[in-house]
Amino acid sequence: MTSQSRIKESTSDRVFLGFIYFVLSIVLVVVAYPLLNVVSSSISASSAVTAGRVSIFPVEPTFIAYSTIFESSKLLMGYLNSIIYTVGGVIVQVTLTVLIAYPLARKQLYGRGIITALLVFTMFFSGGLIPTYLVVKSLGILDTRWALIIPGAMAVFQVIIARTFFQTTIPDELYDAAELDGCSEFGIFRRMILPLSKPIVAVLVLIYAVNNWNAYFEAMIYLNSERLFPLQIILRNILILNTQPGKILSDPERMIAMQEMATLLKYALIVVASLPVLIFYPFIQKYFVKGMMIGSLKG
Amino acid sequence: MAANTVTEAGSTSSVPSIHNQGRKALFRKQLRRYWQLYLMVLLPLLYIIVLKYIPMLGVQIAFKEYNIVKGMWGSDWVGLQYFKQFFSSPNFYPILINSLEISLVTLIFNFPAPIILALFLNEIRTGFFKNTVQMVTYAPHFISTVVMSGMILLFLSPTGEIGKLFNILGLVPVNFLGIADDFKYVYALTDMWQHMGYASIIYLAALSGINPDLYEAARVDGASRFKKMLHIDLPGIMPVIVILLILGTGDVLNVGFEKTYLLQNNLNLPGSEVIATYVYKVGLINANYSYSTAIGVFNSIITFVLLILVNWIARRTSEHSLW
Repeated sequence: MTSQSRIKESTSDRVFLGFIYFVLSIVLVVVAYPLLNVVSSSISASSAVTAGRVSIFPVEPTFIAYSTIFESSKLLMGYLNSIIYTVGGVIVQVTLTVLIAYPLARKQLYGRGIITALLVFTMFFSGGLIPTYLVVKSLGILDTRWALIIPGAMAVFQVIIARTFFQTTIPDELYDAAELDGCSEFGIFRRMILPLSKPIVAVLVLIYAVNNWNAYFEAMIYLNSERLFPLQIILRNILILNTQPGKILSDPERMIAMQEMATLLKYALIVVASLPVLIFYPFIQKYFVKGMMIGSLKG
Repeated sequence: MAANTVTEAGSTSSVPSIHNQGRKALFRKQLRRYWQLYLMVLLPLLYIIVLKYIPMLGVQIAFKEYNIVKGMWGSDWVGLQYFKQFFSSPNFYPILINSLEISLVTLIFNFPAPIILALFLNEIRTGFFKNTVQMVTYAPHFISTVVMSGMILLFLSPTGEIGKLFNILGLVPVNFLGIADDFKYVYALTDMWQHMGYASIIYLAALSGINPDLYEAARVDGASRFKKMLHIDLPGIMPVIVILLILGTGDVLNVGFEKTYLLQNNLNLPGSEVIATYVYKVGLINANYSYSTAIGVFNSIITFVLLILVNWIARRTSEHSLW
């Protein structure tokens, strides 16, 4: 709307606009408050947190919770495991996704309708928990790192997004020209498609990375060994099951002090666990929105 | 003749009525020319077959007495025994009702919220305020379910932030997670907090695709902001709304396992045990593979029937549908 039309706005329009600003402000406060409260609590004194004196600003700021967390070898191992699963998963997932999405975008691929139908069918139907578990078991990867990478090695929704990207951004004339030049299909893919697909690869990397980092269900059902646990499982033990933090932090001498700090530690853990996502948030926001836009083209 | 067909088929590949021989020949020619494309598809396809379609074959254990020694194929058939066991179990009705209630409450709260948010965001001009609202409301979507559940436990405990709010309002703080009847509201409202902003993106995308001429015409006619929203914006995004509503309603039995399981405790269990959590407990904790799979199959069948039904209703009552 231009400034001219704003001047002409009637009173009822201005009242309605005011109402919109009012509602959006309330939404903003309701969503932002818990986020600010968690961050502020994590750097406040434990007594202030337990007494409920922290709202949106830290009280008697201290970083003791963070230094305690980073002294814990179990948590650091969980962090390292999560990084391994996230990076390893992303490499496998993005490779498989691009490998199938690109040929599916090519009109020359005979039977691409059937393959697409096969993929989409799995979005609505699955064998369910136990049959999938039995297959993973028979592959012999239970309680290994592979159990967190192989079962989720590709997501059909991401394949559809990538295929739509290739279909809409790469003109058919490009393939015709390359074929005339006698370029092989691998050559076309490596020299033309890959350099052009940087935006979609960025979208895929971020979507898969966030999902891998946040996943816990697969780890809960496929893993038994503590040394393989990703961060989310260790978090669950502390945040949800209320396992004694002292026990988890394997530091019996300081256990009593820990118990007083239990609540404070929870806040700090929430921040530490969300840190990678927080750091990349500007990129994540940009590329997730982009992914949604490409996805909704076909939806 | 055959050779003739081949060349013809090759040059007019878009003609739909190629008879069988020509089709095979065409495929062979395609394979020779584009084998590298087929090679690329091979590994992803193998993944889909092994980890998606073989488990579908495994669904047969729902009709068998699964025996680890005899395996999936060798176990003895028992017909519908496990389905009968589930229907006659005292857990059947509570679980079904809980799943439906949690989903419906979630749908009623959470379906309109992102639509309203998108319509409102669409009314205000791009600038600091709009960007801030978008940035902040999208953020909770990226919090992991474990962290989210941890936050819910901290905030909803009687001494948490909600308890503080109750004190300010002069009310007695309640332990919401200890009340079975309140579980669905806790689930739905926290879901709204977490996903409302992100879910609005798809509607904002649809809104940006509306023809600007329509607004111009409405302005000439002297339509108010509210009228424009009602008569241009809402019909403009109706296809997206209908499709998402079909998908949401079809999914009504599938309450998210992760959050439900994490928020369960002995006090709220009568209101929080749903099909997904029951399947997990029966299957992996009690190791009753066949029974668990039967419940899963029941769930899939209901989901499938619902999806078809809702899609049919949508097609009859509006011009939009999934297929």
